[in-house]
Amino acid sequence: MAIKDMPIEECMLAGNAACPGCPATMALRVVLKALGKNTIMTVPACCTAVIESLYPDTSFDIPVMNIAFEAAAAAASGIEAALRKQGKTDTTVVAWAGDGGTYDIGLQALSGALERGTNFIYICYNNQIYSNTGIQRSGATPYAAWTTTTVGGKTEFTKKMGDIIQAHHIPYSAQACISFPEDLYNKVVKAKNIKGPKYIEILAPCPPGWRFSMDRTVEMGRLAVDTGAWALYECEHGVVTFNGKSKLILEKKVERKPLEEWIRYQGRFSHLFKPEKNVKILSMMQEHIDQMWERYRKCFQ
Amino acid sequence: MTIMIDTGNYIAAKAAVMAKPDVVAAYPITPQTTVVEGIAKYYSTGEYAGEYICVESEHSAMSACIGASAAGARTFTATSSHGLLLMHEMLHWAALARLPIVMCNINRVVGPGWNIWADQNDSISQRDTGWIQFYCSINQEIFDTVIQAFKLAEHKQILLPVMINYDAFVLSHTTMPADIPDQKDIDHFLPRYEPQWKLDVHNPTTFGNIILPQAYFKVRKAMQDAHEHAKKMIPKINAEWETITGRSYGGLFEEYRCEHAEHILIASGALGAESKIAINRLREKGMKIGLARLRVFRPFPTEEIIRYAEQADLIVIDRNISIGNEGAMCTEIKAALYEKSDAQVTGFVAGLGGTDVTYKDIEKMCTQAVQGKAKSGAWYGLKEDV
Repeated sequence: MAIKDMPIEECMLAGNAACPGCPATMALRVVLKALGKNTIMTVPACCTAVIESLYPDTSFDIPVMNIAFEAAAAAASGIEAALRKQGKTDTTVVAWAGDGGTYDIGLQALSGALERGTNFIYICYNNQIYSNTGIQRSGATPYAAWTTTTVGGKTEFTKKMGDIIQAHHIPYSAQACISFPEDLYNKVVKAKNIKGPKYIEILAPCPPGWRFSMDRTVEMGRLAVDTGAWALYECEHGVVTFNGKSKLILEKKVERKPLEEWIRYQGRFSHLFKPEKNVKILSMMQEHIDQMWERYRKCFQ
Repeated sequence: MTIMIDTGNYIAAKAAVMAKPDVVAAYPITPQTTVVEGIAKYYSTGEYAGEYICVESEHSAMSACIGASAAGARTFTATSSHGLLLMHEMLHWAALARLPIVMCNINRVVGPGWNIWADQNDSISQRDTGWIQFYCSINQEIFDTVIQAFKLAEHKQILLPVMINYDAFVLSHTTMPADIPDQKDIDHFLPRYEPQWKLDVHNPTTFGNIILPQAYFKVRKAMQDAHEHAKKMIPKINAEWETITGRSYGGLFEEYRCEHAEHILIASGALGAESKIAINRLREKGMKIGLARLRVFRPFPTEEIIRYAEQADLIVIDRNISIGNEGAMCTEIKAALYEKSDAQVTGFVAGLGGTDVTYKDIEKMCTQAVQGKAKSGAWYGLKEDV
């Protein structure tokens, strides 16, 4: 699927309230093209609650139900059950949440919905922070990143959400990135056509949160994949396949760029470069990525 | 019509199933568990033909009910105590979203320490969520109120969630007979739910997005208006139910021997049923006393309270305590009378933590109050040497 072949129809409307350069809006546009209008979405507290715009207006051309921070997956279970009772089994039910609502406060409801086999797609757009409330740490915030609640840099590595999801033995899960819209589109279409619980996580580089210039959103996503900080893969019934650049990296057909290539453009890591380069922390972070890829090769190649 | 002799919980489950909900989402908690087990059994036999979601927490139970109700489903759940408190955030959400979810809450103590017996502090602490709150006195009333609650919740001018409260073990696990109407009579009384709005792919709308202050203010006022309207609808629905079943609980209050009463006792829940025996005995002794059993705590029946106070002094027994003040019902009754009446209001706090309150206890409290020997806010039945 090339970008030019995606449906012209837009479910994400113009005039929404997103920040300039917002990756969530880019992801929503592609995801909604893939889902089409026969879709009902539930959205917990997250940036998308702002992107939706103010009552009585909306920037969505599909029915959307807002719900509390930790409740997206449970609400989706309810919507799906109601539709099943009404015989509307062709409508796609989607929970669309940020990483805070997924990795942290929403984890229990998500786990419950996956375990009981709710027929829905849970999509996490991961901007690695609580961005709706400002820039606070989440379980997805990388090691050493500055946030307003990790002022000296975060002291923990991110939760391995992909592993947690795969432990639920669901038919489909995937990682994508806003910078690779064709890959994202294909994954959403694939998920839409599988019955049962599906999980897709989309890396969404946030200009105000990561402290980079708003014209570099796509570039930040590409660099995350090029450096191996983020991997594009999908897991179908337990079988993991890497996609695009990540596949080439896994097969060692392409060298991973040094992690520094990604983080040096982000103000949230600027304390690692001044007054002088913090070689110790940088090499620790690089080592963490290296180990992650060693594990990927061992487990999934 | 058939007679079902069973516990309050199984009778609640029967009523819920006969109301034909499209979706039940529930989590077990003592002493509610047999409600959801009862529904699960009806689900397995096909007697309940809706969807049954076994969620992983009460927070998710209410969230799933909200999703289902928003998608146009008639929705039921049940909970108790800590489960109700875990739902607290979503109780607000359901009410503000104007979703007619019906829920049984079995009134139970909140810990610590662990105590599974009767106490209304769980539901009283949810009074400001916007839910309509009923308190039942016997198992038959539980059945009847569940059916009536759906009709009330789904009424176009109400559209609010309804909580049906009843006492842990005293009703939930005590076997009593209940008349079960024929399904066709229930179907006639309670036709299929036709939502005025729902999540619909043919009419895409966003519900619950950001709302500015004045619009929010208006939403709150609309909820208040719906509660005011519920005060009129509850007696009306009760009367309609009476034409089918011959059973009536009055409306907001069930009045018992209030004719020429100089004192009126106000109690709720199972204490309200027990109070009838006390009233009979006191009447036999020549005391001019009646009972107004409070059925509905939200909306609060201010007008009726004023009417009772015009006739009599009031005695209130609360099975709850708003710590730092007094029994919650007593406070609200006093507030209702402010500048409207100079009737005496004598409030007792009794039966906390499942402490037994018999008709003899109620008789004693009433006698103390009538003789002017009780100070309002007194704790009745408290043993200092435990």
